[in-house]
Amino acid sequence: MATRAPIASRPGGSRFAQFKLVLLGESAVGKSSLVLRFVKDQFDDYRESTIGAAFLTQTISLDDTTTVKFEIWDTAGQERYKSLAPMYYRNANCAVVVYDITQASSLDKAKAWVKELQRQANENIIIALAGNKLDLVQDSSSSDAPAGNPDKRAISTAEAEAYAREAGLLFFETSAKTAENVRELFTAIARKLPLDQAGPRGLPRGPRPGVDLRPEAAGTQGGGACNC
Amino acid sequence: MDEIAPEYDVVVLGTGLTECVLSGVLSVKGKKVLHIDRNDHYGGEAASVNIETLFKKYGNYNKGEEPWKKYGRVNDWNIDLIPKLLMSNGELTNILVSTDVTRYLEFKQIAGSYVQQGRSPKATVAKVPSDAGEALRSPLMGIFEKRRAKKFLEWVGAFNEDDPTTHAGLSINTCVPRDVYDYFGLEPGTRDFIGHAMALYHDDQYIREKGASLDMIQRIRLYVNSMARYGKSPYIYPLYGLGELPQGFARLSAIYGGTYMLNTNIEEIIYEGGKAAGIRATMKERGEEGEGMKFTTKAKKILGDPSYFPGKVQVVGHVLRAICILTHPVPNTDNGDSAQIIIPQSQVGRQNDIYIAIVSSAHNVCPKGYYIAIVSTIAEGDSNHHLELQPGFERLGKIEEKFMGPPIPLYKPLESGVSDNIFISNSYDATSHFETTTDDVRDIYRRAEGHELVVEGLREGTNLVQEE
Repeated sequence: MATRAPIASRPGGSRFAQFKLVLLGESAVGKSSLVLRFVKDQFDDYRESTIGAAFLTQTISLDDTTTVKFEIWDTAGQERYKSLAPMYYRNANCAVVVYDITQASSLDKAKAWVKELQRQANENIIIALAGNKLDLVQDSSSSDAPAGNPDKRAISTAEAEAYAREAGLLFFETSAKTAENVRELFTAIARKLPLDQAGPRGLPRGPRPGVDLRPEAAGTQGGGACNC
Repeated sequence: MDEIAPEYDVVVLGTGLTECVLSGVLSVKGKKVLHIDRNDHYGGEAASVNIETLFKKYGNYNKGEEPWKKYGRVNDWNIDLIPKLLMSNGELTNILVSTDVTRYLEFKQIAGSYVQQGRSPKATVAKVPSDAGEALRSPLMGIFEKRRAKKFLEWVGAFNEDDPTTHAGLSINTCVPRDVYDYFGLEPGTRDFIGHAMALYHDDQYIREKGASLDMIQRIRLYVNSMARYGKSPYIYPLYGLGELPQGFARLSAIYGGTYMLNTNIEEIIYEGGKAAGIRATMKERGEEGEGMKFTTKAKKILGDPSYFPGKVQVVGHVLRAICILTHPVPNTDNGDSAQIIIPQSQVGRQNDIYIAIVSSAHNVCPKGYYIAIVSTIAEGDSNHHLELQPGFERLGKIEEKFMGPPIPLYKPLESGVSDNIFISNSYDATSHFETTTDDVRDIYRRAEGHELVVEGLREGTNLVQEE
């Protein structure tokens, strides 16, 4: 059930494609923070666990003619007790698997999520591994952010990079707090998505292929009227 | 792993559709919800399963064989255990739209709605007329009867409860549906398809039921208005199967702070002064080493499906269901990719209708070339259940694979829950749609919360993270 990315040609030869992106990783590694930085360019030190949004969207222009829109699904905390539903993985085109470079166990968890993705998701899903909280290990000379401490690092860049290469994943170390590599991460994913092979077909999502349930979409009067 | 909170407003047991809708609604309303299922998947009795799981559930193969292997990739199959369809103008659609759960799901029309007249070998299957105009073209009636049916449907369309001049001189609150049919002079065959394939009564008790006339009119209007909404049939169906529905509402609940735990057994319901006050439970994945994670938490209320409360429910009937795999469209359904066929009880000498729900690869529930037909009815005898479904099987043509277990008990709670703080849902009944399921959702909500559930505008002003 591999899905073809809905791609539409626009006048002048420009392309627009929409992709579903899912986030995975242990609780509190910064999954939502990464998205919030990417989508709204915000960061909140004391963010509560995810609440309130169905999904967020953000658009990236790869070049003058190509625009990629991400529909980003957050776990909504359902990963906490391994209770993510198949619906979450369904038709995901890409995934960001996040770990915390200051927590040794979080890379093992990330590896387990990659396995789960390979089991549940589309075969040709693009997976990126993101080692988050880079700001915590950078001292002030390498960043404008408040000073971190290199001693806090628990997972070396080389180790994670070696795993990512072996497993065929994109790899970035990121900081949702300083924004370092966040945009680069999503742009790299966009560049790897199969924009060309799908070709100009269909319309971008919105007018869905099935029926639209919204009341205004249907040709019926509401309430008391009857169509007998 | 995070600690389970010491107390929740509501603990919900079982992730069937009823429970997931309630969990979603309660979370949106700010309640702290812990939602648990003993299984490793969402949906409980209302799940959709792959074909390997289906074979294993029914055990209809010899040891050492792997018959599912000839049906393509097992994960291309999403076979509903409970066959139901959504009325496109029904209450579940309303709840899906009001809660925005539609954003996670895609729906397709069911291609046609059919009814059987007569019995084999002379049975005919025809489209259910959807309005007065179609009644005039229907092969189900003779020329004069068509006009009477047209008149009746026009009357239903113009009916206004508050305007007695539209009541045709009938005292609508006291007359029975038979009086209404008599007034319009409708023949038995017409009463059958109107009552069973449009008003969707699954037996004939309604005909003599005092005050049921208004209910009948509303049911016919729901059918007609659902039909008018998208055109082909009054029914819609979610891509990837009905099991997507509970998952969608579970996500809604989670987004509003609901905590989800699968693979979790309830060891004990803790009572204080005769009222439920908490649970003791263990989360442990299948094949996981050790004792799992044991925990206790308090709960102001407990909601759940009947399987979690064996001592607090009663059996009110049995449903017969057979899941059939076909490699061709069902005969007489215009080669459609999906259909519902209703066989009214009196046409085949029964007291309960036989329903057939057909879906196919067009709904992403099976690989291309396959069709899934589920035949169901309410059990009337103690044996030979297979024969009770026979008129349904006769409609299907060649059947590749048939999955049928013993009669499935239908449970209802013994008490409302007001006295013990345990609010139990009904089993999924034999009706062909979700209207009774949403009635149950509303009923449980009323019992548990003490006021009516209003879903319109439910999410307005509640979003903490702004969406695009």
